[in-house]
Amino acid sequence: MATDQPDRGLRGLPGGKQKYSAFALAKKAMNYHQDWQCAWRDAPPQSEYDVVVIGGGGHGLATAYYLAAVHGIKRVAVIEKGWLGGGNTGRNTTIIRSNYLWDESAAIYEHAMKLWEGMSQDLNFNVMFSQRGVLTIAHSEHELREMSRRVHAIRLNGIDSDILGPKEIKDFVPIINIDQNIRYPVMGGFLQKRGGTARHDAVAWGYARAADDLGVDIIQNCEVTGLRRNGRRIVGVETSRGFIKTRKVGCVVAGHSSVMAAMADIRLPLASRPLQALVSEPIKPVLDTVIMSNAVHMYISQSDKGEMVLGAGVDKYNSYAQRGSFPVPEHMIAAAVELFPVLSRLRMLRHWGGIVDTCPDASPIISKTDVDGLYFNCGWGTGGFKATPGSGHVFADLIANDRPNSIAAPYALDRFQTGLLIDEHGAAGVAH
Amino acid sequence: MLLITCPHCGPREESEFSCGGEAHIARPLAENNLTDAEFADYLFLRDNPKGMFLERWRHAAGCRRWFNMARDTVTHEIVEIYPMGNTPKSKAGKAAHADSWRRDTAAEAAAKPASKSRSKQGG
Repeated sequence: MATDQPDRGLRGLPGGKQKYSAFALAKKAMNYHQDWQCAWRDAPPQSEYDVVVIGGGGHGLATAYYLAAVHGIKRVAVIEKGWLGGGNTGRNTTIIRSNYLWDESAAIYEHAMKLWEGMSQDLNFNVMFSQRGVLTIAHSEHELREMSRRVHAIRLNGIDSDILGPKEIKDFVPIINIDQNIRYPVMGGFLQKRGGTARHDAVAWGYARAADDLGVDIIQNCEVTGLRRNGRRIVGVETSRGFIKTRKVGCVVAGHSSVMAAMADIRLPLASRPLQALVSEPIKPVLDTVIMSNAVHMYISQSDKGEMVLGAGVDKYNSYAQRGSFPVPEHMIAAAVELFPVLSRLRMLRHWGGIVDTCPDASPIISKTDVDGLYFNCGWGTGGFKATPGSGHVFADLIANDRPNSIAAPYALDRFQTGLLIDEHGAAGVAH
Repeated sequence: MLLITCPHCGPREESEFSCGGEAHIARPLAENNLTDAEFADYLFLRDNPKGMFLERWRHAAGCRRWFNMARDTVTHEIVEIYPMGNTPKSKAGKAAHADSWRRDTAAEAAAKPASKSRSKQGG
């Protein structure tokens, strides 16, 4: 796997943006914070770009930023049908880790982890990246054995990972119930200490601001209605705000990838499913790490505001409705309350669903297509947030050079013809 | 939450059922004659429409029998429930069946016997 430091491109903000710092904050306080710049322009679409990125979520904005910062491409646009970061970027449970089984997965998620570790400095934007650890718990003898196999594979790839017994888990997470006579008893677990959380909105805002600083046009409220082709070549994008000429289009639209692909007569092996999450009312700090359970399809952390953030599994049928079925979170909450009895009397504040694009092997697609100049980055399913910087970084490289680098190459679409799948159902099928 | 009318047991709630994904994917008979790409259409590629979708369901916690359903993936409206081996009868279901890209694939063509067609073919 690639252990090199990724090329971060231009550091800080080389353009004309004001720097964010404690000093700037104090200075602006003198003027009642009246003269802060807009973080990014509300750009009207121009008639032509070198690259158009469809989808203004974290992955799309990261792609645009690295196209400008690493590859020096001047005329880049991000087109977003709603508002920036309003899709799955704003709906996930903000968990970051890189403890995947297979070498291909370790390469891309660890690539992302290294970018996370310097992101706030790179973007001059506090993304509140907190390496508070991610602890995955096992509820059966079999799961524990499977887990130790994963831990050894992960360690062979140079990624930190430790097995914990129930007693150590209790010391690490005092609110957990390690009684062995419950439906999902804690029999052990494994911890990635470098894992953690980041503020999801800040990731979108930070990339947007830094990309805008490098001249990227971020065009919101602009829906793509068609992909114009000339023979096998992409020549532009039809949008609700007119035609935009371009020779390179990167599609990063998550749940709507199949819809976008159909516009270019491309078929993807994706199923769009609702994924649900919820938060409780805020309470005093009780949980300073992230706990995941693959068997229950549960993941839980506490936000800086004090809300308990709980994520559930995917629904079992295809949907574009951005809402899920009640039995899915009900099942998750039943187990969560037994594992964390302090949750039992909390009221839930918000509950929502997002549409994720799941792949048959639970790994993403980062690929060229049969249409020259049209690239897809999709299939992240239930676990895209943690990959945001790595995904954008390798996708920008693919678009700029028209060939995948060694990290992106295994994620090409042709793996569904060759059979070289990257089966991450064990590590990625549900819990994120 | 869906209320699904099992053709054998009547209306039951969604949690009693399991969803088997896209319906009407016929297994190619002469698969050796297909290229890897053509076989991938059968093995991996699934329709994922925003709108009318034909899918298989099973009454897993009931009679355990399979049936087909025509359902809208945006509104979740169930337009039609029909037996395995049949094609949809409703206007929207018929259109979804006829318009699917799968009807034009080599894999589907290879699923039909070369001589006279069988009466009950595919799912």
